[in-house]
Amino acid sequence: MPQFANIAVSILFDGLAYAMFLFITSVGLSVTMGLMGFVNLAHGAFAMAGGYVVVSLTRSYGVGFVPALIFASIIVGAVSIPFERFLYRRLYRSTDLEQVLLTIGLAFMAIAAFTYFYGPIPKSVPLPDWLQGDVNLGFRAFPSYRAFLILLGAALIAVLWYAFERTNIGAKIRAAVDNRRMAESVGINVDRLFTLTFALGSGLAALGGGLAIQLFGLTPSFAVIYLVLFLIVVAVGGLGSLKGTLLAALVLGVFDTAGKYLLADAGGFFIYAVTVAVLLVKPAGFYGRE
Amino acid sequence: MAASETIGATGRERARERAAEYLLKRHRFRPAEALPWLVAIAAFFLFPERMTFGSQVLIMAMFALSLDLILGYAGIVTLGHAAFFGIGAYTVGLAAARLQWSEPISGLFAAAIAAGIVGFITGWFLLRYRGLTLLMLTLATAIMLQETGNLRSDISGGYDGLPGLTFNPLFGVFDYDLYGHTYYLYVLVVLAAVFYFVRRIVYSPFGQALTGIRENVRRMHAIGSPVHRRLVTVYTIAASIAGVAGALFTQTNAYVTLTVFDFDNSAKVMVMLILGGTGRLYGAFVGAAVYMVLEDYFSKLSPTFWQFGIGLMLVLAVLFARRGVLGLFESAGNFFAERKKS
Repeated sequence: MPQFANIAVSILFDGLAYAMFLFITSVGLSVTMGLMGFVNLAHGAFAMAGGYVVVSLTRSYGVGFVPALIFASIIVGAVSIPFERFLYRRLYRSTDLEQVLLTIGLAFMAIAAFTYFYGPIPKSVPLPDWLQGDVNLGFRAFPSYRAFLILLGAALIAVLWYAFERTNIGAKIRAAVDNRRMAESVGINVDRLFTLTFALGSGLAALGGGLAIQLFGLTPSFAVIYLVLFLIVVAVGGLGSLKGTLLAALVLGVFDTAGKYLLADAGGFFIYAVTVAVLLVKPAGFYGRE
Repeated sequence: MAASETIGATGRERARERAAEYLLKRHRFRPAEALPWLVAIAAFFLFPERMTFGSQVLIMAMFALSLDLILGYAGIVTLGHAAFFGIGAYTVGLAAARLQWSEPISGLFAAAIAAGIVGFITGWFLLRYRGLTLLMLTLATAIMLQETGNLRSDISGGYDGLPGLTFNPLFGVFDYDLYGHTYYLYVLVVLAAVFYFVRRIVYSPFGQALTGIRENVRRMHAIGSPVHRRLVTVYTIAASIAGVAGALFTQTNAYVTLTVFDFDNSAKVMVMLILGGTGRLYGAFVGAAVYMVLEDYFSKLSPTFWQFGIGLMLVLAVLFARRGVLGLFESAGNFFAERKKS
């Protein structure tokens, strides 16, 4: 295969895997922000917590990697409920600034707590054999782990799309994002809906955090470093839009990977340049409401 | 017009006088306002061996003051204010390292102009947006500047920074001393000048218009206030002041690295301002002093506990003390005044 085609395929493949990670982690944030307009800077902390639960389960309790991912999402999703009930709820009608401060305070506390228990050294996770090495697709070999990530992402997109577009709860969520007051006045309990989506979003973030360990390594500062990426995906995609989050994750994932392949020195410059370009033209993101 | 006719010419005159008197009264210096400056001067004599730290506190107070101007008065929520601090820091750093321009005071002006230009350009584009979009755009601006610096690390020195910078003595006479006494007084004088300038702005009609924009943008549009122009103006001024703070940071530390553009730096200055209290000028001083002293003490004990502590302080401040330390004092003062009356 010619050199440039080889690189292009690598960029697309790695970019796609990266995009799936971005999508899985950000989609919950997008829906919760779309529902309540709540700026949640602690979302990255839930992802980080999920990562550490996976590390603990696999290393200390000998649970397999895939079951550990599932347990981590359930545990973090459940733990996030009291946070929403007792802290977030009080600030729904507050200004952006107060929401930013509360959630960034929570993120700092989470980072400190996890540093205390796990230390600042990056953690890794033992993978089963079938996720190690390469998988050969006939014309060339791809790393199995990234292939797994892409398949898992595709499956989740299908499930979420079905839940969002074809079920009763999905219809309620869409209605509440569209017009919260109207949804409430026709009898939808938006508060309970929000708690549900918040827990689901945090659970998905935990899944993303668990999946990210193999890609980037896991340190407590994951909560803040990658938070910026999740927020960018949400802002570029448009609040509360599944389609927008997916499109934003794909565009940013592929651009960032391309930038790192072709111009390693420029590092993260591309992803921010794309963000600024999109937001200047479409301030509410791809599929956001103006 | 009907209402003013019934009041009559003399009534109108009197109302105008009362309004003018109110504005002038706010503008007058109150005796209590001397307090922070007396504390700063007392610190010079009480802790002569901690003056390097003292200079850092004053620099952060200036940085927080610049944020107060846009966040506290104009209500612009930004996550990228470190961009301007960094531009100022690098203006004097690069001038000293690459152009041998080591005169400190002209360096401050250069930093103010450079940061002001960046503030004007970015503000012009970004201040049309609000909410999450604005947060992301300001954050991305700071990170893009940092990445640009990293890309041209042959010029900027990258994350290793520009170490060992030397600056000329002030006015060619007062040289840098080991304990940083000269620099403390230098920073204090610059801070006082900047503070006087900011105080004039916030009590001017322009400052009133900013408060109006913070409280109700639609109404300000409706009464014909040029909202975007006002916001860009104050953003540019705040950027210049942050640039001066950054320049002082480079001069006092004699080194600068790309970490000045970090999100942590933007977050830190916001935390300081919130702790002290927004939209009240002196909140920046109280917040910077409290934060820096606590950080100095606790981060030596354990950086992890310190980080937990900042998080907890933020959460508690949002839940129970939304107007900061000064707000708490004010509430306490009002409480006792009420009790005295009854």
